[in-house]
Amino acid sequence: MTLELQKPRPIWQIMFSTHHTDVGLLYLITSLTFLFLGGSLALGIRAELFLPGSQIIADSMTFNRIFTVHGTTLIFLFIIPFASAVGNYYVPIMVRYKDMAYPKLNAIAFWMIPPAGVLIWLGFADFTWYATPPYSIISAPGPAADMWIFGLKILGVSSVLGALNFVVTILKCKHPDMSIGQIPLLAWSFLSSSLIIIVAIPTFAAALLMLLTDRLGVSGFFNPAMGGDPIAYAHLFWFTFHPEVYVLVIPAIGMMYEIIPRFSRKPIYSYNSGVFAFVMLAIVGFSSWAHHMYATGMSFTEKTVFMVGTLAAVPASAMHVFNFVATMWNARIRFSTPMMWAVGGIALFFSAGAGGVVNSAMPLDFTTHDTYWVVGHFHLFVMGTIAFGSIGYLYYMFPYVTGRMYNETLGKIHFVLSFIGTVLVFFTQHVLGLYGMPRRIYDYPPIPEWIAMNQIASIGAMIIGISMAIFLANMIYSAGKGKPADTDDPFGLGGRYYYPFEAKNPSH
Amino acid sequence: MSGHSNWPEWIYVAVVIALMAWVGAEAWETERLIEHVPEDAKIIIVTGQQWFWTFEHEDGTKEIGELHVEVGKAYKFEVISKDVNHSFNIHDYVVLMDAIPGRVNTVWFAPDKVGEHDIQCREYCGLIHYNMRGTLYVTEPSS
Ligand code: HEM
Ligand SMILES: [Cu+2]
Ligand SMILES: [Cu+2]
Repeated sequence: MTLELQKPRPIWQIMFSTHHTDVGLLYLITSLTFLFLGGSLALGIRAELFLPGSQIIADSMTFNRIFTVHGTTLIFLFIIPFASAVGNYYVPIMVRYKDMAYPKLNAIAFWMIPPAGVLIWLGFADFTWYATPPYSIISAPGPAADMWIFGLKILGVSSVLGALNFVVTILKCKHPDMSIGQIPLLAWSFLSSSLIIIVAIPTFAAALLMLLTDRLGVSGFFNPAMGGDPIAYAHLFWFTFHPEVYVLVIPAIGMMYEIIPRFSRKPIYSYNSGVFAFVMLAIVGFSSWAHHMYATGMSFTEKTVFMVGTLAAVPASAMHVFNFVATMWNARIRFSTPMMWAVGGIALFFSAGAGGVVNSAMPLDFTTHDTYWVVGHFHLFVMGTIAFGSIGYLYYMFPYVTGRMYNETLGKIHFVLSFIGTVLVFFTQHVLGLYGMPRRIYDYPPIPEWIAMNQIASIGAMIIGISMAIFLANMIYSAGKGKPADTDDPFGLGGRYYYPFEAKNPSH
Repeated sequence: MSGHSNWPEWIYVAVVIALMAWVGAEAWETERLIEHVPEDAKIIIVTGQQWFWTFEHEDGTKEIGELHVEVGKAYKFEVISKDVNHSFNIHDYVVLMDAIPGRVNTVWFAPDKVGEHDIQCREYCGLIHYNMRGTLYVTEPSS
């Protein structure tokens, strides 16, 4: 299988192309750029928190801007575009169609991302990734805040356009000989996450406009001084963003469904339960949003409803874990780099979910809410599960995209260091949360336990930083000078474990 | 499809569902108990504003950044905010309640030992959020 035409082309031909593999490449490069930019900010945050007192960041305003842009960048400019990259490369091939359903729309959806990224980075807002009013209305300095709002608005439109394209490509353009029950689980993951996007994002899109007019002083939806209610924003925000966490995680699970059976040299244990679990997550994911709001003064009944809704989604996540473990059971596993990342990702996915259950149980959430526990919880997903699945998949795609092989030893070193680092940072942050350290703080009192655990976390972050430098070097060097890959069997698994279809030539 | 029977997965899913039901039931029962405010609880009005806490006791005395209470008595906090969202937190006693402008949220506790505990803000509120801290003093009843 090849995913890219081998003949060298000038860069502008790729930039102005609407072919799905070219748009995929653009998404890929953009998302990796933002991975490194956003990751550098994280290193800054961890360096600052290594000790109490001011370390490398001059003042709290700068610190607040850094963690805001860090979160916004990695969620919206790394994770989501990375999934789009994989979807662009693979979904048309998997449904055996020549391209995405609407190639021009596809290119437009991509080209909305760079300007949005520029707005977010030039503005450098400080109101956290959820821009909560009334802070975001009456306190957050402009124009940064307004640039962030516009940036997110554009990203939302881009997401919806991309999602529509995936849904139509899968449902309407799949080869007539294929039933929907035959498309690979990766394609199912894009179908499920795209449907979530289409239902969830418009709500936040509306909330963003209301926030903007509130800031301009012409409305008061969320401003108590004008009769509004900030809690309304919290509902609108989380109605979009709890389902959105499944938008982030589902494609990564889909990528693991490509990697794990292949490197186990077995079919997936149960295709049907994979499909079922994706669809369940997409539906039940809408019943739990206010588990982010237990401490806002909701009534006992409301809290109970949202706790039940949250716990109801857990079995579906757990089914994926079972499916992976059952597939690997008694298999002739080949632990090449992609497989290591996928297996590590599942282990962290399981730990993350276990922490999530603790958050869901309402009395326990009063201990964990808005402490470092929550930071640890969702990073085990966004870093431990999603970035791990994505990076594993990037190694897996690498020979098909570049025609060359990456350096396997460096790939494994990258994994081992990242895994150790991730455990050090994010498991420690769970404990730090139990000791009561609030999140989003620039400085902290010299409590011995807090210092010790912050230092472990900061060292873990440095280890991840080093591993990512190795990764970057490996990718850049191997893309140009790596040894030519055997694109029929780049991982030495034996030929019949690969996907049989190729990307079609764009010049048809 | 793939020939093998699927009973291990069914058992596994059943176990997960049972576990979640148990977690949910325990959480529900605990929350129900701790939300029941004792009738003799004394009211303290807690005001969050950028970037300090003010406490007003029933007798009208006010404290800033410090809160004095007596061991063995129940207190009900009425948490309000003058500007943006904050979150009133005494971590050692698992007291956590958002201070949201335009709303009065309540939470209660009954300190059981004499001592000092940190009070902090757990919801991002801007520039000095990191230092919106205070101290709780639990003292012997003055009688
Ligand atoms: C087993 C499944 C999961 C459960 C039971 C769960 C539960 C929860 C709960 C109850 C909270 C609120 C914690 C608090 O603020 O006090 C939370 C926060 C969060 N979760 Fe999960 N979660 C699960 C899966 C996920 C997944 C798959 C993702 C992401 C890909 C995710 C991302 C997040 C994020 C980003 C936050 C914090 C948002 C913030 O406050 O900034 N969670 N989770
Ligand atoms: Cu959630
Ligand atoms: Cu605060």
